[in-house]
Amino acid sequence: MNLYAPILVLGGIALAFGVVSLVMGALTGPKRYNRAKLEAYECGIEPTPQPIGGGRFPVKYYLTAMLFIVFDIEIVFLYPWAVYFDSLGMFGLVEMAMFVAAVFVAYAYLWRRGGLEWD
Amino acid sequence: MSMSTAATATLAVTKVDAPTIEYGKLSPILIIAGVAVVGVLIEAFLPRPARYRAQLTVALVGMIAAFGAVVWLARDLPDDHRGSVTAMGAVAVDGPSLFLQGTLLLIGIASVLLIGERRLEPAGGDAFAPQAAAAPGSQQEKDAAAAGWTQTEVYPLTMFSLVGMLLFPAANDLLMMFVALEILSLPLYLLCGLARRHRLLSQEAALKYFLLGAFSSAFFLFGVAMLYGYSGSVSLDKIGVASAGAMDNDALLLIGLAMVAVGLLFKVGAVPFHSWTPDVYQGAPTPITGFMAAATKVAAFGAMMRFFYVALPGMRWDWRPVMIGVAIVTMVAGAIIAITQTDVKRLLAYSSIAHAGFILTGMIAMSDAGVSSTMFYLVAYGFVTLGAFAVVTLVRDARGEATHLSHWAGLGRRSPLVAGVFALFLLAFAGIPLTSGFSGKFAVFQAAARGGAGSLVVVGVLCSAVAAFFYVRVIVLMFFSEPKVDGPTVVVPSVMTTAAIALGVAVTVVLGILPQPVLDLADKAALFVH
Repeated sequence: MNLYAPILVLGGIALAFGVVSLVMGALTGPKRYNRAKLEAYECGIEPTPQPIGGGRFPVKYYLTAMLFIVFDIEIVFLYPWAVYFDSLGMFGLVEMAMFVAAVFVAYAYLWRRGGLEWD
Repeated sequence: MSMSTAATATLAVTKVDAPTIEYGKLSPILIIAGVAVVGVLIEAFLPRPARYRAQLTVALVGMIAAFGAVVWLARDLPDDHRGSVTAMGAVAVDGPSLFLQGTLLLIGIASVLLIGERRLEPAGGDAFAPQAAAAPGSQQEKDAAAAGWTQTEVYPLTMFSLVGMLLFPAANDLLMMFVALEILSLPLYLLCGLARRHRLLSQEAALKYFLLGAFSSAFFLFGVAMLYGYSGSVSLDKIGVASAGAMDNDALLLIGLAMVAVGLLFKVGAVPFHSWTPDVYQGAPTPITGFMAAATKVAAFGAMMRFFYVALPGMRWDWRPVMIGVAIVTMVAGAIIAITQTDVKRLLAYSSIAHAGFILTGMIAMSDAGVSSTMFYLVAYGFVTLGAFAVVTLVRDARGEATHLSHWAGLGRRSPLVAGVFALFLLAFAGIPLTSGFSGKFAVFQAAARGGAGSLVVVGVLCSAVAAFFYVRVIVLMFFSEPKVDGPTVVVPSVMTTAAIALGVAVTVVLGILPQPVLDLADKAALFVH
């Protein structure tokens, strides 16, 4: 139990910080609302207007986000491999080449089929 | 300071032993994976008109090469037919793996021939949506159809799915099994939503399949965690050793067993996890339905047998009664609900549920004969199913495939050949002698009876009789009723669909009249590596 005590304390401090900040802000801060302040806080640009009566709406960010995740994961695997490059030897090289090739093929497909064009 | 010493310490400690992989033993899987990747590159770099031919060639050549690799590996199996494990024990290369991989590749070849068919749509194109991302009925979709677009992504998707299927019955640890399950499932979810006609129905099928499939995968994964918690390993062998001496009330083991079984039973479409089957089979493009119905069952039953035979033989007194119950409910529900169906694709879906029950009967025998008869049944069933769905693609009216059974009335008078072939497949489903269905049913029932599941055999025979009723009813409808005035016509396909149907007919007849060589092969291949 002792082992977990610091984590619990940390959790408690985090919770207290959140609660105290919000409550203090609500109690003491001035309340002067304008249009910009009523928008969602730091959530990127204006949401794309949705077509009336349903239909498709562009989801331009998702490809960028997907790409980010793909390359992020690639690094997650590349980094430990680089650290243990010596002992993994030929096996590591072949496996990593296959992995990078697979990611690269997906990227080439995305690029050639126009996935990277904004409009 | 302390952090940097910790970091140097970690760096200094270690000499990792590099794992070893014998790539040669994985060659069938690797070839198909390579084909799939090449397929993606073809989509990326070849001009649109050249893609179809290139995709078809690469896929077919790749599958034939992979089949050659399977044969080569099978010849290398030692004389006692025990195989070996490779990839650090994660993949088994043994009789059942190779037998089922060979079956899957043959089914894959026939499926790709069906998928590549482009003669059936009057306006040109194949069975797949010209632009799958367009909303159904939208102007965008109409423009794409008018422009005569076709999508050739189906080929790499099918190949990726086939990679998972090849790996699924060979997976010798539960993580590999899960990865294979996902590789085979994800492309299938997409493929189900690509039908050219009845777009909404197709998208509904894809969504239902995806949601339920994801749900069942979660069950599977949670079960894997439980089994890991029990045995300290995900390897089937080690779980087998750990569970051999299990006490009666080991909750972790029983819960894990049950949850993994749920995931596997979902994939084979056994009652009570069957509810997706009719909707998905009906909504998916018919060539994909055929591929899915035939190949997924082969792969999933292979994995299920390996799971129960290698990891949990010591637990058989716990899981056998449950599986016997599932098999009985599956056979009864499949056969009885099929009677009320009016759509030929739904009829075949319920028939596939009933057949899942028959195949479970063989698995429950818990003997080498059980394994070999199940594998034989899978070969027989796979080709009959594929052939039957291939025939469904041919019977068309202005709205696409005429799947309502009333439209099939009198088909035998107009197109005796096609109706005759379909009748042959239905007789094989029913298990009439001189068809592959009879040999298969006989083999699994015999194995089950010897394995002490006599009650199951009685139920199985009764259900076969019920099932025979609705199969024969369709035959009567085709041959002995008046054709409708505005009934569907049978479109003459290209040589590809003809070849796939001919393969189905050949396997059905040959396994009906001369089953012995394949039975012997299945017998020899029936040993799981431990």
